[in-house]
Amino acid sequence: MNATIGMLKQRPFLVEALMAAGLIAAPFVLPYLGFTPSTLNRILVWGLFGIGFDILFGFTGLLSFGQSAFFGSGGMVVAYLLTVLNFPHVLAAMAIGTIAAAAIGFLVGLIALRRTGIYFAMITVAIAEVFFFVEFNPLSDYTGGENGLPGVPTPDLFLGFTTIHFNTDQLLYAFLAFWFFIGMVIGLRIVRSPVGAVLSAIRDNPLRAAAVGHNIHSYKLTAFVIAAAYAGFAGGLLGLMQGFMPPDAFMFDTSGQLVMQTAIGGAGTLFGPLVGATVWLYLSDFLQNVLHLGAAWKLILGIVFVLLVCFLRRGIVGGLADLARLAAGKAKPGEAAGRGTVAPAPSIATEDGPAIIQLTPSPRRPKPIDGGETILKAEGLTKRFGGLVANDGINFSVRRGELRGVIGPNGAGKSTFFKMLTCEMAPSEGRILFEGRDITGLGVTRVCQLGLTKSYQVNQLFTRLTVRENVTVAALAEKRGAFRLDPLRSLASVEGLAQRVEETLRAVNLSGRADLPVSELAYGEKRRLEIGLALAAAPSLLLLDEPLAGMSPRERVETVKLLKAISKGRTMIVIDHDMDAIFELAERITVLQEGRVLVEGAPEEIKGDVAVQEAYLGGVAAE
Amino acid sequence: MINWANFVSQCFNGLVLGALLALISSGLTIIYGTLGVLNLAHGAMFMLGGYAGWVAYSLTGSFFLAIVAGSLFVMLVGVVMERAVIRHFYSRPPEDQLLVTFGLGIVFVEGVRFFFGSLSKAVPPPPMLVGITPIGFMFYPTYRLALLGIVAAALIALYVALYRTRIGMIVRAGIEDSVMVGSLGIDVYKVFMLVFGIGAMAAGFAGIVNAPVVSLAPDVGESILVQTFVVVVIGGVGSFPGAVLGGLIAGEIISITSMFNPGYAYVMLFVAMTLVLVIRPYGLLGAAGRE
Repeated sequence: MNATIGMLKQRPFLVEALMAAGLIAAPFVLPYLGFTPSTLNRILVWGLFGIGFDILFGFTGLLSFGQSAFFGSGGMVVAYLLTVLNFPHVLAAMAIGTIAAAAIGFLVGLIALRRTGIYFAMITVAIAEVFFFVEFNPLSDYTGGENGLPGVPTPDLFLGFTTIHFNTDQLLYAFLAFWFFIGMVIGLRIVRSPVGAVLSAIRDNPLRAAAVGHNIHSYKLTAFVIAAAYAGFAGGLLGLMQGFMPPDAFMFDTSGQLVMQTAIGGAGTLFGPLVGATVWLYLSDFLQNVLHLGAAWKLILGIVFVLLVCFLRRGIVGGLADLARLAAGKAKPGEAAGRGTVAPAPSIATEDGPAIIQLTPSPRRPKPIDGGETILKAEGLTKRFGGLVANDGINFSVRRGELRGVIGPNGAGKSTFFKMLTCEMAPSEGRILFEGRDITGLGVTRVCQLGLTKSYQVNQLFTRLTVRENVTVAALAEKRGAFRLDPLRSLASVEGLAQRVEETLRAVNLSGRADLPVSELAYGEKRRLEIGLALAAAPSLLLLDEPLAGMSPRERVETVKLLKAISKGRTMIVIDHDMDAIFELAERITVLQEGRVLVEGAPEEIKGDVAVQEAYLGGVAAE
Repeated sequence: MINWANFVSQCFNGLVLGALLALISSGLTIIYGTLGVLNLAHGAMFMLGGYAGWVAYSLTGSFFLAIVAGSLFVMLVGVVMERAVIRHFYSRPPEDQLLVTFGLGIVFVEGVRFFFGSLSKAVPPPPMLVGITPIGFMFYPTYRLALLGIVAAALIALYVALYRTRIGMIVRAGIEDSVMVGSLGIDVYKVFMLVFGIGAMAAGFAGIVNAPVVSLAPDVGESILVQTFVVVVIGGVGSFPGAVLGGLIAGEIISITSMFNPGYAYVMLFVAMTLVLVIRPYGLLGAAGRE
């Protein structure tokens, strides 16, 4: 898929043009393969339904088994307007149906998104079942209950001098193909927008997406509403296409079929659902009408689906993309330099000493309340886990511009301390002031937006994205704020973004590897990217949790240089077990032991301190 | 006006349904808790138990043998399913696990439809449990009364197996931390296989004992699966007591609402689920971090 995206960047409208050509050619070519005109029309409706679902599942990683609720609701609103109320404007009715579905999606999303993973899947199933029963019983006066709403008029278009009635399968195809095209163009824009980038980041690593400063709940809700809107629109088209709004649109089978079609075609590709619908509907026609298998068609499709999930993980479109990449892979220079060959890493430091890396935060960031010397102050910070006191009344303050080292034996409470400072974890007691603001309990996202962030001890990267996309996601949070609804904007139009990404990549020495997927990086490179993610947010206070952990001696030397370079004009706190590195880097060092501050001072004082030697060497020095 | 005899009998119905849901949900929840896999084919297991029992019943004429055969057959299906398919999905993303179990569920349902047809099958209760029994001021179907006892016994058996045996202790430890159990030198894969089998059997057992109450059809497991999800969300994932509590709550909500208007049963169930999600997001007896 990365190859596809690369291609998109070079020829921005290639995909759209190919799609238009395909849509025009399909009704002339596919009937020879046994597709009936009505099958083609149904494929388009399911494909359109699937675009929204793919944004939710393939791009955001939220697997909903309840899309039938929005498909049915949207369709019923449109059908009700056009039949019972005799509303004359088909397109306006479609718009109302879509908005209604989106609004329902918003409300349902508020509940379903309280949880993630399997809980989310279960809740969506349960909610969709409620809609099914409500449609059948309490609202049957409006929805026709099990009879549905018959008599939905075919759409027509008034052109001033004449009116087109889309009353044959062929004309209806043109109508549906037009809307599919529009839906796909919008879908592609969403996926390529800043919102789309954040959604992919949430899919890969929600924890980090929140930590770099994105309000992931709002973004998930956005994806959910987008999916509901597409479902509602497709549901409206279903009624128009059939001249009848069937109640089985609300059935669990509808949601299930959508999930299966998307998985067969390939999630995360936008075109996957269309391909999946083509395969599904064609096979179901073929098995029933040509082979006369009756009810067994669904058994066969079920087996096909299970086999595909087992052996072709990324579906048909994903499989084809992999094949294409395999074929093109040998010729690509970027890939050749990947695994195995160790390209000599250019030195970060020039001969004149480390280059100064200045990433100026955007003006949106709130100004410090007191612009004084102290950037961070923790008072009486305590964390208890049941009976265990991990941090016990820590008082700690850091001056602006300082590079502070925090050391301590294993189990001293260093990581807990860091987690409280970045508000990943609320302290049991005590408070934290950052630039004069009380940030205690503010949450990691808002704290990052204020300019305090952390690089993790264990890499927390967006594993399916490229290096550049990783850094872009982090930079977006700082450039756009925690949440912004600009799904139709292009990434290129975000002011200062490209520059920030390039600067960050240069700072962590990954410019040459920018378009590789994270999975192809060496360990040391991943560690540098981990730091780069924190750096891209242009933090005024950067916390680094064991940045040197697990590195080879050579990588350590490089990374210490890197840390020196990024510390210019920035405040940093570094935890590490590498004493030599900490003594070389830090201006002041805080030693933690058993959850308390043991001693604090300049490196020279710490080296000579008897208590520190005792803590590390277990009392030998004291004897 | 509420007819009180009717109300009490509906409460009884709720208890029976609740016990049944509790049993099915415990199967789902111990599988999820131990293996980390949400089995979307769990409703199909319920259905398979019913059909396997029905086949055994028509062959032998013994309801007891039908229960044994139905349960063992579904346990076997569960074990084979775990060995042949699920085992290869432990290292894959949870979405893939959902997809494959969902697909397997469809294969089971459509397979049964293919061999037995879509028409529903009536399973008569065993002759000694036919009829109605007077209890105090009302009459209640004998089989339903017996069903309450049967399901309660099964729940107690499951409780004893989970809380009073060595294997049960390993399973409960696996729910808390299966990696740690593995590093203690216990073959977790064997435990996983066993748990999947037992969890599936719980649903299969429920399927056959419930068959005399509602007739059998290939899609009988679908609505049960949805209700089971609500039970698990209410009770808390991975919690056996939570499944029992959630099951009873859901059973009563469905029965009592149905007395007024069956169309609102799911709405009320959904309201209860939403309330729990708002007040206690991890379920009434669930713990954070089991997601």
